[in-house]
Amino acid sequence: MNKIVATFGLAATLAFPAMAFAPPAEARSVTLTTQLRPYGGNGAYLAIYLVDAQGRFHSTLRVAGGKAKYYTHLSAWARGRTSETARIDGITGASVGSGQTLRVTVDIADALIDAGYQIRVDTAVEDGRDNPGEITAPLTTAANGRPVSGRGYVASFKFDM
Amino acid sequence: MLRRLHSLPGLFAALLIAALALTGAFLAFDSIVDRSGSTIPATGQVSVAAIAEAVQARHAELERIVRTASGTVIAYYFEADLPGAELVDPLTGQAIGPHEPSNLTRTVTNLHRSFLMGDAGRVAAGLGAAAMLLLCVSGAMLLAARLGGWAAILRPSRGSLSQRLHCELGRFAVIGLTLSALTGCWMSLATFGVLPDGAAAEVAALVPPSGAVRLPPGQLAALQAVDLSALRELTFPYGDDLTDTYTLTTAQGIAHVDAATGQVLDFTPNGLARQVHETIVMLHTGRGVWPLALLLGLAALTAPVLAGAGGVIWWRRRAALPKIWQNVGAQSADTIILVGSEGNSTWGFAVTLHAALTKAGHRVHAAPMNSLAPRYAQAKRFLILTATYGDGDAPDSAKLFLQRLERASGALPVAVLGFGDRSFPKFCGFAEQVAEALRVKGWPVLLDTWQVDRQSAQTFADWGKLLGEAIGTKLELAHVAARPKTTALELSGRVEYGAESQTPTAILSFAPPAAGGFWQRRRLPRFEAGDLVGILVPGSDLPRFYSLASASTDGVLEICVRKQAGGLCSGFLHELPLGGRVEAFIRPNPAFRPSRGKAPVILIGAGTGIGPLAGFIRHNARHRPMHLYWGGRHPGSDFLYGPQLHQYVDDGRLARLNTAFSRVPGGGYVQDRLAADAPALRDLVQHGAQVLVCGGRDMAGGVARAFEAILQPLGIDLATLKSEGRYREDVY
Repeated sequence: MNKIVATFGLAATLAFPAMAFAPPAEARSVTLTTQLRPYGGNGAYLAIYLVDAQGRFHSTLRVAGGKAKYYTHLSAWARGRTSETARIDGITGASVGSGQTLRVTVDIADALIDAGYQIRVDTAVEDGRDNPGEITAPLTTAANGRPVSGRGYVASFKFDM
Repeated sequence: MLRRLHSLPGLFAALLIAALALTGAFLAFDSIVDRSGSTIPATGQVSVAAIAEAVQARHAELERIVRTASGTVIAYYFEADLPGAELVDPLTGQAIGPHEPSNLTRTVTNLHRSFLMGDAGRVAAGLGAAAMLLLCVSGAMLLAARLGGWAAILRPSRGSLSQRLHCELGRFAVIGLTLSALTGCWMSLATFGVLPDGAAAEVAALVPPSGAVRLPPGQLAALQAVDLSALRELTFPYGDDLTDTYTLTTAQGIAHVDAATGQVLDFTPNGLARQVHETIVMLHTGRGVWPLALLLGLAALTAPVLAGAGGVIWWRRRAALPKIWQNVGAQSADTIILVGSEGNSTWGFAVTLHAALTKAGHRVHAAPMNSLAPRYAQAKRFLILTATYGDGDAPDSAKLFLQRLERASGALPVAVLGFGDRSFPKFCGFAEQVAEALRVKGWPVLLDTWQVDRQSAQTFADWGKLLGEAIGTKLELAHVAARPKTTALELSGRVEYGAESQTPTAILSFAPPAAGGFWQRRRLPRFEAGDLVGILVPGSDLPRFYSLASASTDGVLEICVRKQAGGLCSGFLHELPLGGRVEAFIRPNPAFRPSRGKAPVILIGAGTGIGPLAGFIRHNARHRPMHLYWGGRHPGSDFLYGPQLHQYVDDGRLARLNTAFSRVPGGGYVQDRLAADAPALRDLVQHGAQVLVCGGRDMAGGVARAFEAILQPLGIDLATLKSEGRYREDVY
């Protein structure tokens, strides 16, 4: 929903009012690969989301970890998405175990690519640390397929368009 | 009903609960070890600001300081872009060493929560907690019922080893286990969102901070104002981001603190739901309250033993109940058979009756008398078959009947059939009592009360004919008494007494047969002194019972037998040559033995009644004060166990030996000896003594009268003593 609204907003600024009544803009399949370090604790909670050029929350791409009451530990994401109205049931999966890899494919609107947006990843593990914004990767064609490593639980993160 | 409510969840959830309890006990003791390793500063001694300052001095990029429920302080930081965590001394803020969470503790925690099986496991653990709650409540109610009401809940328990173990451990642990189960259920429901845990779903929007240059944490007023003991977690502002703040979580709520001014920007207090949830978690884990953790841990350790002993009790009870084919449910039967039985012989007759009535097309429900329901939907008649225990008392499976009858509604035609032995004075006394109680309640008489003497199949068949006429069905009751499963034993020793006083008496010892193939069992069955041995004389299926003077650990089975005039079994035993065989079986008699503890025991007997009493003294290894009162005829002819008893006095197993001989000048009976010792006996009773009486019916009556008189000045009556299990009789 938000994506559509954002797309609409973007289209409006580009002075194509007719776009408002057109079908949603083209979207691209993006594969997100998050490999965790063998940290040896319980399964990690992950939130993978988009922020705009100013670092403001845009939309949730994927959540790993089913119990909503622990989402406060993914603090940057949880704080940002207070305004998000879209449900995340459909993009929520199980937590990711120590040393495991999470590979998911999401649709990202073309308009968001190379437009200053960033993919961020918050991570948290029970009785371990919370890492808000552990990963920040620019959503650009240049960064496509280039692994980024985090300081917490993420050994490497990359996206493939 | 209550018992089923206890045994069904027990059986289904035994393994689940045992696993939850063992892992729970581990975690409880783990938290105590955790607590014992950490120093806890006094309230007011250390502020959050002081600790933050000290840790910040070591780590420029400090992420978080956490104080666990057990009082351990952990700092999370980055050092050269590598994450680290260290234990912090709560007094000084100095580093103690790296924080390495135990993998074992984590794995056991996960086992306890979910059996390492995710949400399915969490559901199982929740169901386990629910089953345990049900078991605790129903168990406490059963225990109260068994011991005679809630006021009597702390009385010593009686019964077999597994029953005593189950009762005593259960009583010790029930509070801890109930607390664990109740809080466990709560936490399980909170995990699945059924109950609120009060955690804020989203972080509250921030009041923007000043954005000025940060002060060192030690100078921040909001952190100086909070005592370390109130701290849950302090999150430091991120990197160089001047728009970020401190997030301070305390027992009261979450505050954001401006890193430059030290002022609280906003505060979200914990809601009631959060406070309740945190209290529940504290009660469940005992973290931070080590005596509670100890209580919970010890209680949890008993759970697997309770499960095991409970399983044994259930199995024994089940094995003891006769198998009845096509037993119809209580609410759909037209004929209700209620059975009062001490051994199980009366059940044998009930099974025959059930089969005959079922064959005649009736829908029949058979149950112990204790199971009398308040109402029966379709019943047309009641048939009550009951034995009598001791002196006109209710047998085991009928003890609650009269009480339950008070609450029963409706009055249906009823026939009472008593079973007993005519040689006892109160022959079928309980059956008469039941018939009278039913008459008073206005139940119509279907048949007059009949009495079956010594399991007479003929009388039973005659009664069946009358019953058939009364209900318009042809009934043929051909009862063949089931022969008990017996063990062959060989006479291995005999000491004879009483030839001079015309009362031939013998102490007979039996051992497993020495000869035979190696595949034959050469062990004695298990028994304790005070249990009964049933002996079957060749050619008879009717056992005679004798009290055992030895335990199976003694390696022999020992009984005292006086030769009765015309007595079939006593005559057979007295003529049995050494090496001669008998067929015998054990009937446990757990009610008649010294209760546990150190309280004195008064043993009273006459003649062969010495048997089990001598056995108790022989096994009195802990030298609790045992006082024996025994009556015989003449010290020279029938002083059974004379030399042994003197030896027991010498080695301390017997505190005092008091004898009375009736055939010596100036002699008397054992009850006279009791009366003469009244002050000493009163003193013993006041010190919690238990009285065990064994012998003939006349002697037991005399002893009871003597004791009534002895107790009178104390304001206690014999009935009270009996109800507390402190006056027990084994009478024949």
